[in-house]
Parts: sequence; structure tokens; C-alpha cells
Amino acid sequence: MNKTIITVVGKDTVGIIAKVCTYLADSGVNVLDISQTIVSGYFNMMMIVDTADAAKNFATISDELDQLGESIGVVIKCQKEEIFQMMHRI
Amino acid sequence: MINIGEVLETNEMVEKENLDVRTITIGISLLDCIDSDLQKLNEKIYNKITTVAKNLVKVGNEIESNYCIPIVNKRISVTPIALVGGAACKSPEDFATIADTMDRAAKQVGVNLIGGYSALVSKGMTKADEMLIRSIPIALHRTERVCSSVNLASTKTGINMDAVKLMGEIILEVAEISKDNDSADCMKLVVFCNAPDDNPFMAGAFHGVTETDAVINVGVSGPGVVLRAVEKVKGESFEVLCETIKKTAFKVTRVGQLVAKEASRMLNIPFGIVDLSLAPTPAVGDSVADILCSIGLEYAGAPGTTAALAMLNDQVKKGGVMASSYVGGLSGAFIPVSEDQGMINAVEAGAINLEKLEAMTCVCSVGLDMIAIPGDTPATTISGMIADEMALGMVNQKTTAARLIPAIGKKVGDQVEFGGLFGYAPIMPVNPFSCADFINRGGRIPAPIHSFKN
Repeated sequence: MNKTIITVVGKDTVGIIAKVCTYLADSGVNVLDISQTIVSGYFNMMMIVDTADAAKNFATISDELDQLGESIGVVIKCQKEEIFQMMHRI
Repeated sequence: MINIGEVLETNEMVEKENLDVRTITIGISLLDCIDSDLQKLNEKIYNKITTVAKNLVKVGNEIESNYCIPIVNKRISVTPIALVGGAACKSPEDFATIADTMDRAAKQVGVNLIGGYSALVSKGMTKADEMLIRSIPIALHRTERVCSSVNLASTKTGINMDAVKLMGEIILEVAEISKDNDSADCMKLVVFCNAPDDNPFMAGAFHGVTETDAVINVGVSGPGVVLRAVEKVKGESFEVLCETIKKTAFKVTRVGQLVAKEASRMLNIPFGIVDLSLAPTPAVGDSVADILCSIGLEYAGAPGTTAALAMLNDQVKKGGVMASSYVGGLSGAFIPVSEDQGMINAVEAGAINLEKLEAMTCVCSVGLDMIAIPGDTPATTISGMIADEMALGMVNQKTTAARLIPAIGKKVGDQVEFGGLFGYAPIMPVNPFSCADFINRGGRIPAPIHSFKN
């Protein structure tokens, strides 16, 4: 298990989740959990994914998601889970 | 499992509140480079630094992208050069060649500053110490990235007043030699009482002789994050305020701990310490003075400032200590003038003066930091200001420091511009009365009575 947190923030539009999930499926990344919320009019989505069996390395996935985000008009960030575990769990 | 609120909170800290890791600093021992031949010594120093720190910048960038957390600086500290160069250097110029080597090595590995052009003279100066100190003006002037520090006093040894006197003169020389550039070389020189061996922050970082061969020290920051948290509890009691600061400091420090462990693993260099400091930058909202205002002061410097700062500093430590397995360095709030927009505002409003800043240094880390004073301030007066700061550190058993910038050709009302992270600073008035007879006595001030604990 190699957990990574993907966040998508931007203006809500049709097909954001579909596009991100299609990319992840094509890259061999398994989605463990998805949650989303709207904060002051902005679409916020968080996905917990497992990149252990991914066909690409972390840097490539991160770069490609960044580009995908640009094409949809949202910001997509890819972060290893430890930073959140460290900050929010004792 | 991590929830979306937690993820958004962390990312907001980075994106809106300037949360960052201020520095990953590799401490490198140069004791095994010692040689009586100056050329060989320089070669060994260059090779050691460029070998040990070869991957520092690459690893720093990789950690940045893995966690989306900015790591602002990657730096190096080395063994105090007065110890390393003593056998080979016969003149201040010989020492300056080592500074050239350090500068070259820093550029080769891509770090923005390298510290350790230092001497530890809290009780007495060897010939090598004195030569190094006398070489500081030329060494800082002809290098770009080298930082220098001198430890002048400690609780155990008292204050070396000969060295305090000499440093007053040297600081003026450093200012004079860089007068075309607003005396900016002074930013790279700091004097200490009780200097820590594992400080990752510049200009005062050096790799102490009690340290291992190489070590990773990390300095975290986050005044913006603390500021935002304090703003949310406006009007609440001290209990609520303190809890809020503590929790925030915990979170900020955890990021530093993670980065330090990761850097240590990836570079295969042992982890030393996390330095829990609130280090401000001129960016809007990234100010320690603004936190003080948010706690309830009109300006930093208003009555109550020392108490507010003492409380802030203590809560940052209490939150931070639990977040990291090893805490060290300076660990406390920095109160530089030029690097903190809120502090600059306080000076310009007439809310804060040198004497109040000195009082504040009794309860936080560092001391009179990045303070521009008139260029015609006598060397003995600068020594007097340093001696006061050393006395505070000595008696209170804490680190204190002075980084003063006598701006040659400028007077009160003018300002000096350094640009970037260093910002600008208004020239502050200095007490005009003389302390020359006091400084010129020579010798040292004995250690205080409470240092005799054996």
C-alpha cells in the first residue's frame, strides 16, 4: 500500500471526477476513497489512492495530473499521505 | 483515515498562510580536513563539502514535490573555520582563502548560504581566532554566500570583553567595506552568547565540534499560520489563546519533523534536530509583530509586548516539543526588524525602540537582529550594545545574539534596502552617550554565580 492524496479544487463543471478517474484507471492507480464538498462556491474533492501497483512513478503521475487539471480548469495536487498523518494524528 | 477537512486545512496553511520549511541545513564536520598546508586544506574542504552535500538540493526538491510543501532554503554549516584553519593559516588573508573555497563549494552544490566562518572565543582568543576575526570584513566582501559568526560569551565562561571590543570595530569595517551596497555585508555576520552547535538558521549556523561527521538539521517556520489561528480566537481568554498557539505550533513542527526524517533517509545522513522557530519574512501576513498585534497590541512595542512575546514563545515551544523527537538550535520567535513588515511598521510609527527590542530579547530566541543603526555610531557604542545583549544571554542562560548594520553614510530617518527575504530597514536611533571607558578596560567579565553548579 502506497497511499497518496489527490485534491482537486476549482470551479464546478461536468465530468471532473470522470476525467480524473479515467486517468487514474489508465495509470493503474487504485482509488480507495473519495469525498467532496463545495467551499464558498468552489468544488473541492479529495481522493485517497494507492499507487503501489501504478504503471508510472509518483513524479510522472503528479505532473500528468497537473496538466489534466489545467485542461479542465481546476487545480489538481498530488501529495504523499504522510504529511497529513504527521500533522493531524498523534 | 484522513478526512477532507484535514487535507484542506493543511493545504490552506501552505497556500494562504505561508507555511514552509525554512531550511534544510546539512552540518558537515571539517575536522578531518585539517592540514598544515593551506592549499591542501582548501582542496580537502572543497572535496568534502561537495561530496557530502552533493544531493542536498535534489533531495530537497524531491521532498517539496512529494508533499507540496515549499522548502525555501537548502544550506550548509561547517566546523568553525578558526579551528580548521589554525594549523595552515599564518595571516588573515590565508583565512580568507578558506572563505573563497566555501563560497565555491556552495555554488557548486547549489546552496544559497554556507555558515561556519566562525570563531568560538567566549573565554579567550587564540592567534587563529583573532586572525579569522580580522579577516571577516574581506572574507564576507569578496564572497557571496559565506556567513560568519563569533561566539563572544557564555553562561559558563562569562563575557570576553576583548573580543566584544574587537567585534565592534570589525562590524564597522564590514559596514564600511560594503557601504556602496547599504552595508549589506553586515547581514552575513552575527555575534552570539551561548551559541548553539546545531542551529540551522543563518547567519549563525555552524557545525559544533561535539557533533557527528554530518547531520541534517531542519528549521521550520510559520508565523502566518500562527497569525491566522490567533485571529480566529480574538477576544477569548489566555487559556484559549495558549491552547490555540500550542496546537498550531504542533502541526507546523510535525511538517518539519517529516521533512527532516525524509531528508535524512534519502541522503543517508543522520537526523539532528528540528529548530522550532517563528521566522518571519517580509511577505504580507508572515510576521511575528503581526501575531503580537493580533494578540491585542496596537503595535509591537506597546506596553505588554514583552509579556505577549514571552507567552507566544513559550507556547510555540510547548506545542513543538511534542511534535519532534529532537528539538534544538535556537527554537523560539525571531524578532528581526528588516525581515518583518509588522516590525518595520512599528519602528516607523515610533512604537518600538532599541531598548524595548533589547527587553524583548530576554524572552525570545536570538536578539538584536537585522537592526540598522546610523553609520557614524562609534565602534565602542556598538561594542556596548553587544555587551548588553551578551549579558542578557549569560545571566538568563539562553542564546542571545546581535546582528547590527551600521549603515555608512545614513542617519536616523533614512532606510536601507536589502531586497528579497531580507526586506528593508529604517535606521533606528542609538543612545548617544558614550561607553568608551567601559569597553576599553580590556579583559573579561567573569561567569555569573549561578553558573557554578558542580
